[in-house]
Amino acid sequence: MEAILTFISNNQLMIYMVILMIFVGIELIEKVPSVLHTPLMSGANAIHGVVIIGAIIIMGQAESIFAIVLGFIAVVLGTLNVVGGFVVTDRMLDMFKKKKK
Amino acid sequence: MKQSILDIIYMIGAVSFIFGIKMLGNPEKAKKGNLVAAFGMGIAIFGTIFLYENNGKPLNNYAWIFGGLIVGSVIGTMMAKKVKMTGMPQMVSFFNGMGGACAALISLVEFDHLSHEGDFTQAPVLKLIIIFLGLIIGSISFAGSMIAFGKLDEKIKDKTLPLQQVINIGLMVVLLGIAFAASFGLITNPMVLYLLLVLSLIYGVLFVMPIGGADMPVVISLLNSFTGVAAAMGGFLYDNKVMLFGGILVGSAGTLLTVVMCKAMNRSLTNVLIGNFGGGSAAAGEGKAITGSIKEINKTDAAVLMKYSKKVVIVPGYGLAVAQAQHVCHELEQVLEDEGVEVKYAIHPVAGRMPGHMNVLLAESNVSYDKLIEMDDINPEFKTTDVVLIVGANDVVNPAAKNDPSSPIYGMPILEVEDAAHTIVMKRSMKAGYAGIENELFYSSKNSMLFGDAKKTLTDLVTELKSL
Repeated sequence: MEAILTFISNNQLMIYMVILMIFVGIELIEKVPSVLHTPLMSGANAIHGVVIIGAIIIMGQAESIFAIVLGFIAVVLGTLNVVGGFVVTDRMLDMFKKKKK
Repeated sequence: MKQSILDIIYMIGAVSFIFGIKMLGNPEKAKKGNLVAAFGMGIAIFGTIFLYENNGKPLNNYAWIFGGLIVGSVIGTMMAKKVKMTGMPQMVSFFNGMGGACAALISLVEFDHLSHEGDFTQAPVLKLIIIFLGLIIGSISFAGSMIAFGKLDEKIKDKTLPLQQVINIGLMVVLLGIAFAASFGLITNPMVLYLLLVLSLIYGVLFVMPIGGADMPVVISLLNSFTGVAAAMGGFLYDNKVMLFGGILVGSAGTLLTVVMCKAMNRSLTNVLIGNFGGGSAAAGEGKAITGSIKEINKTDAAVLMKYSKKVVIVPGYGLAVAQAQHVCHELEQVLEDEGVEVKYAIHPVAGRMPGHMNVLLAESNVSYDKLIEMDDINPEFKTTDVVLIVGANDVVNPAAKNDPSSPIYGMPILEVEDAAHTIVMKRSMKAGYAGIENELFYSSKNSMLFGDAKKTLTDLVTELKSL
């Protein structure tokens, strides 16, 4: 119990940030036309690819074969998420461009 | 010094994510928004590679890092460029699964570090909880996304085990129980991590397996927010603000998007997740027995009917996209307009496989944006419409959603095409739609069926119209 309380007071900023981010996320999506749901989901999908930073840190500190192999796979998969996600979203949004006549 | 620069880079990255998502919600700025977010991601990644230090030690293994980045970028770009517009939803699901797997791998390696430094139970409880949660959420997201991918690709069929919900809830309880027991030192065997990995993967499969194919977009959106939370766990682990920021942002935005999508179908999230749309006890196709007979129309008659109409509304469905018939459809629209017929498209919120998917597909074949009318705006117009041409759509025009409480789609808002003077349904066969239910519209006296492949039939209709 005490551990939890100290954790909370030591990490207040972090906790405030999480709470605020939740509201920002909700606020951002609230009034989006349904036409854009698919690209938006796809764009958000690319953004959570930020997990790749963790993969890079692991890879950069890896010493054992185990860590190198898993770290490498993690970097590849994370990159797939980021690059694939942004490229797919871009392709979808290309379709929304105003057509020249 | 290096650390402060990296902090600033992360700040810029985090702000660009917010701007990116904000702009993605606006049709005019969406494309730029995507680029803004990609820019933020790019600087965050390269900042980490070159500036990250742990206790004064920079990162090593540059060859591996860049190798991984290059392999991932090449494969990712190729897949994303090659996929057909109709296959977009499963592609998103696939990339989402990759992110989930990445988060799970991070937990695996970090836990391995802990157990090499000695007994993992000596590590701070919170760190263990974070590692376990990252593993569990990431693995569920990975396994679930792969199943969703398979379902949308029609490689995996819906399956429900007996007592599916009981099994799922039980498994979840066991999973969390083991994770917390291990966090608080009640389990000391380090193999517990692999047990959690296997159980989470099984849970991911069982979670998505019984959900009907038509509900996959909602599931993908939900798994998307799961991966966001898994990424945020990584943020806690490394005290990395941009990971935490991006992860939580997607987690909350994704959850809300999931709810909004459910609303578009007038169903609750619980109903989607355990409502057994396509299978299980409330088996599909149990609606009212339908009486009546269907009537066929030939292409010439259909062409004549449309040519002498004042107003024609086309209802496109996924069948149109599968047959790659968007372009011919646009041609038909132009031929009719040349004859002085007013042509509009009625877009159901879930037409295609995802909200907005049909708009993307039609926009691809140059259909003008202002001809695509959303459901609430077009419904009152059907009364003054002469002919509704339904191409490859089925469930979204099924009147059972309005007047048959026993139907599995009861309550879903539909396009009220039965108000029009005539409806022509273009279909390959009498097979039921994606939700697997009969459609009484087909038996209506105002309706005629035009059987055949959508693309070929539309092409023939265009030829007929031109020769009339």
